[in-house]
Amino acid sequence: MITVHELTKRYARNTAVDHISFEVKKGQIVGFLGPNGAGKTTTMRMLTCFLPPTSGGATVAGFDVLEKPLEVKRRIGYLPELPPLYLEMRTAEYLYFVGRIKGLRGPELAKRVAYVLDRCAIADVETKVLGKLSKGYRQRVGLAQAIIHNPDVLILDEPTAGLDPKQINETRELIRGLAGDHTIILSTHILPEVEQTCEQVIIINKGKLVATDSVNNLQNRARGAGSVMVEIAARNAEVASVRERLARVPGVSRVEVKESREDLTAFEVEGKSDRAMRAALARAVVESGWDLNELRTAAVSLEEIFLELTSKDQQQARAGETPEGEVEAVAEPGKR
Amino acid sequence: MRNIWIICQKELRSYFVSPIAYAMIALFALIFGFAFYSELRLFMNFIFRSQMMGGAQPVNVNEPIRGMLGFAGTLSLFLVPLISMRLFAEEKRNGTIELLFTSPIPDFSIVVGKWLGAMCLYVAALAVSALNVALLFAWGKPDWKPVLVAYLGLILQGGCILAIGTLVSALTSNQIVAGGAAFFVSLVLYLLNWSTEYDSSVLSKVLNYLSLIPHMENFGRGLLSLKDVVFYVSFIFFALFLTLRQLESVRWRS
Repeated sequence: MITVHELTKRYARNTAVDHISFEVKKGQIVGFLGPNGAGKTTTMRMLTCFLPPTSGGATVAGFDVLEKPLEVKRRIGYLPELPPLYLEMRTAEYLYFVGRIKGLRGPELAKRVAYVLDRCAIADVETKVLGKLSKGYRQRVGLAQAIIHNPDVLILDEPTAGLDPKQINETRELIRGLAGDHTIILSTHILPEVEQTCEQVIIINKGKLVATDSVNNLQNRARGAGSVMVEIAARNAEVASVRERLARVPGVSRVEVKESREDLTAFEVEGKSDRAMRAALARAVVESGWDLNELRTAAVSLEEIFLELTSKDQQQARAGETPEGEVEAVAEPGKR
Repeated sequence: MRNIWIICQKELRSYFVSPIAYAMIALFALIFGFAFYSELRLFMNFIFRSQMMGGAQPVNVNEPIRGMLGFAGTLSLFLVPLISMRLFAEEKRNGTIELLFTSPIPDFSIVVGKWLGAMCLYVAALAVSALNVALLFAWGKPDWKPVLVAYLGLILQGGCILAIGTLVSALTSNQIVAGGAAFFVSLVLYLLNWSTEYDSSVLSKVLNYLSLIPHMENFGRGLLSLKDVVFYVSFIFFALFLTLRQLESVRWRS
């Protein structure tokens, strides 16, 4: 549905998007992931024909963004980071206007407006002035605006930014519900969002493509070197001896004290992290007469994969630093 | 064509749901009303005096009309930037520009539609002044043709200032800057011929041609000359064309 080939956007001083290539198949939900300033918005703006690329190209539904912009625009619904609302208009009036400039008319237009009002759960604010709506409603009106002409491709730039947790959930539900009929690209820097909503992930950092894969694959890739958290009641156990005992369990490569308080000690055990090792760990603890409070695998979240991938080039220099330090952002040049 | 109309409608609506249209029209009506009053008073004085002198000269009611419409032209210089300043600046500020430029409508219909919407508001303001003039038609017998020509001139001149305003508005995302700069540029174009009055060099001829006033003078006299119409129309086209280019180039550089 979407093919991006060596897409590049250069500004006067920096390169916002640097030779990115990827493909999105029909009906997929793709998460476009990257720290702030990675070039997500710029890429999306190029896909929606808002910005022309410096070099390279992209096609949407078989149409080139430079050669057939009108055809591309007809097939794309776009929700920018800030919903593009005319704050003095009323909800229905706004949707009618957007429908009209997207080429709908007559009974078809009325039908689509009624449909998106219902679909995005904004029918109750139909006659309200947009400027008076809450953030959550504005976002949903923005989404309604994007799907009004029933586009093949939906491009959503941080659709859940600035919403409260309940609204975030509602918005994600809505997006997931739309997935059947539309191909969706959504950008975000919130990782759980990708894990929950998307099938495919495209990770970019500083304008460069870092990884593109399915969510499952990425998680599996990182699971190999997983770790197990072991928490032991410390009444009768001495930290050093427990550590020594755990290190002797077959399959364990490293044991680290995570937390040591009066009543409990937590260890992070690295190793093969398979079932056999966990069972052996539990047996070792119980047989030594200690009280096992908790034993769990530390699930590898996309967050860790993401941090690992996006900070590769700086790893040696600042190993062990806080994650925030590593995903530092360059100023996003696409913003005006 | 349909797209231009959609955009034009939308612009007009947003003018009339905000106070700007009403404030603009009220201000225009007030100041024009004052001009109407003082022109007529002068005119009446003149008639009384000539009657007292004995000689009942034929009087022309078109005289005061010409005066007040000429004044309306100057007035529009101040008021039109108020109309044009929000055209693109506001869309840029609110991010709605992304909606317009990612919609399947050609850029020029956005520019022309916006300009046309602003034109409609300007013409609406002029229509208020026509009420005053209509009073004179009710009580006197002015010749209606020069009046129409003068109005055409006003519309064309307003169109020019609006086109400049559109261009300036596309250059900034700050409405106040857009309004101020549009006023400044049109003021310069307005005053361009002041220095050229007793000068006949080529430069002053060019300046005289570029200035908005000399072209308006003919319209004010009721003279409909193709030369002036062509000047205004090509001026409007040129400014809107530059607007279009500006919007494109911003996206190439951004």
